[in-house]
Amino acid sequence: MIDQIMMVLIDGINYSAWLFLAAVGLTLIYGVMKIVNVAHGSFYALGAYMAASVVGAWVTLDYPPYLYYLALFVAALISGFTVGPLVERVLLRYQYEKDEVVILLITYALFLVMEDVIKLIWGVNPYFIVEPYAYLGNFSVGDMTYPNYYILMFGLAITVGLALTFVLKKTHFGRMLVSVIHDREISAAMGIDVGKIFVVTFGVGCALAGIAGAFTAPTISVSPGLGVEVIVLSFAVVVTGGLGSLPGVALAAIIMGLVRAFCIHYIPHLELFVIFGVMALVLAFRPRGLFSLAEARKI
Amino acid sequence: MKFTKALLAGLVSGLALTSVHAQNEEPINLGIVTFLSGPAASPFGVPARNAAELLIQEFNAGTAPAPYNQKGFGGSPIKMTIIDEAGSSTSVVTEFRNLVQRDKVDLIVGYISSGNCLAIAPVAEELKAVTFLFDCGTPRIFEEGAKNYVFRAVNHATADSVGAARYLKAQKPDVKNFGGINQNYAWGQDSWKDFSGAMEVLYPESKVTTSQMPKLFAGQYSGEISALMASRSEVVHTSFWGGDLEAFILQSAPRGLYKNSDVVLVAGETAMYRLANRIPDGTVIGARGPYGVLAPESALNTWFREKFTDRYNVPPNYTAYQMAHSIMAAKLGYEKAMAANGGKKPDSDQIAAAVRGLEYEGPGGIHKFALSNGHQAVSETAYGRSKLVNGEMTLVDVMRFPAEQVMPPDGVKSSDWIAGGMKSK
Repeated sequence: MIDQIMMVLIDGINYSAWLFLAAVGLTLIYGVMKIVNVAHGSFYALGAYMAASVVGAWVTLDYPPYLYYLALFVAALISGFTVGPLVERVLLRYQYEKDEVVILLITYALFLVMEDVIKLIWGVNPYFIVEPYAYLGNFSVGDMTYPNYYILMFGLAITVGLALTFVLKKTHFGRMLVSVIHDREISAAMGIDVGKIFVVTFGVGCALAGIAGAFTAPTISVSPGLGVEVIVLSFAVVVTGGLGSLPGVALAAIIMGLVRAFCIHYIPHLELFVIFGVMALVLAFRPRGLFSLAEARKI
Repeated sequence: MKFTKALLAGLVSGLALTSVHAQNEEPINLGIVTFLSGPAASPFGVPARNAAELLIQEFNAGTAPAPYNQKGFGGSPIKMTIIDEAGSSTSVVTEFRNLVQRDKVDLIVGYISSGNCLAIAPVAEELKAVTFLFDCGTPRIFEEGAKNYVFRAVNHATADSVGAARYLKAQKPDVKNFGGINQNYAWGQDSWKDFSGAMEVLYPESKVTTSQMPKLFAGQYSGEISALMASRSEVVHTSFWGGDLEAFILQSAPRGLYKNSDVVLVAGETAMYRLANRIPDGTVIGARGPYGVLAPESALNTWFREKFTDRYNVPPNYTAYQMAHSIMAAKLGYEKAMAANGGKKPDSDQIAAAVRGLEYEGPGGIHKFALSNGHQAVSETAYGRSKLVNGEMTLVDVMRFPAEQVMPPDGVKSSDWIAGGMKSK
């Protein structure tokens, strides 16, 4: 019985960590910029492909294996902080006055374009960088073996969550960000450079998607179409948690991960439905999500 | 008088020759539909397109071995019109209509997705467009109504599942329980249904431990792998393909799933080159028929493998074989119909009549359009076990099962045949 509970917990937490990492960038961008970034999945894919290239070169050059993880991180940052701000400056900043639906359609178009650009650069054949996953070895709980990479992903999710919380709550930049989240016009009137906040936020959001993609890459086949599933799941997590809410994303990811793991072990045929079932249930009682931000009514 | 007769005869025969020559210069427009984008492009769509391009080039040059050595189709050069299968079924049907009505293709070879095949078949019938479905596995195409213009030149999915169960029975006479992980859509569900049905027939005492059905392209299988390991299944069946299959192998092998379970990868052949050193020895590998490394030795197979490998630097996988088989069947059918039509270009009805019941040899051996009024081909199938030799994946313990052991007899539905004990007629 304890073994069964441990299995559900470990599988659930592992999946929750992945869901959180995949979704947190989406909620950050929505919270600050009020943009539902459909291209989020493409930034995830970009991070995975960049990681495949960097780690592939790392392995070929026979660099120290314990630095794989630094290579993954650097690959994610390169992908997010180069393409993200570029997209914001060249494409999005001219659209902020337009309706949110227009921006959503623009990011959807960007998603389609990026899918093809990725194919143009990396081709259609898959890439495998299993070395960082295999290098860490396994741990055992009862009869069950798990890869230590799960612990790494869990630690990474906790680190990202704490780092974001620290920046938002304890830094000058974070306070400016919170101000922009609540009211961008007043913030601008108070002297905050909203444009700068936007470009940094979009870059960080895209880098977070890239981190999720880069650290998932060693466990999967990095191939075209990678980002499609991620945007759907990320959106479900973000909506359930409350658009723009960091604790909301964390809680939604934990609930969904654990419920999914329970279903896999006890009611496997519900797995397909369960994440969206949780979303529907939450939205039925809290239409703005678990941790929806209070919104001042403008008169 | 003799001179006038001779002149007239010369003129008439000259005109006739010119006419035949002009007719043979008119290209045959062959529509090819396969995934060129999306997750199915790399494992299936692109190798299939490559096979199509290779064969059409060889046919047009007249350099293919007999009986495919006539240039083009019956002497007419082949013009290929290729379109991407990616998109919703609605858009795929629209593209199919465009191929037939706008591009005026003479024949179509295509479709990987079972959903797309089911959507296309009635439209092909409506438009009287001779269509060869080259990869999709669903048996429902011909079991849910007779077809006049739709053909499939390779086995359907029942052969894959029944073949896997028969392989296990031959290798492990006593299996007490088995589990599975399959993608939650038509292919995965049908594969599991056929496999579990066949296992229940061959191992009447066996029990299903768990049936995991994750979403297509889910990518993350940690929970499912735990459930399979916890179930202590003697056999684990999966019909995963593409990136899902590769992710499953990468995530499950380090955790030791293969140590305690005999893992059956029905479509494993597409991953065996790329993940050669990641697939544990002893894994049961299928190629959805006698294709790829499981193809029987023959001059035609050697020719195809060498040409393909020379051109693309990788050996052809099973979808390349399936495409090759479908185009070869189309060529033979077309030329047979042309001969029956006095050397003139045949119409759709004449081509369809010529293909019905056709027996042909491809690089994967001899196939025959034997089921569903001669529209569904049958062939043997094969399975083997992985073994890494000098860093390269090989298959050992290969076993072949004749068509009558893995495909239902004509007129019997697959599900009924399996439930009835899989008896040959």
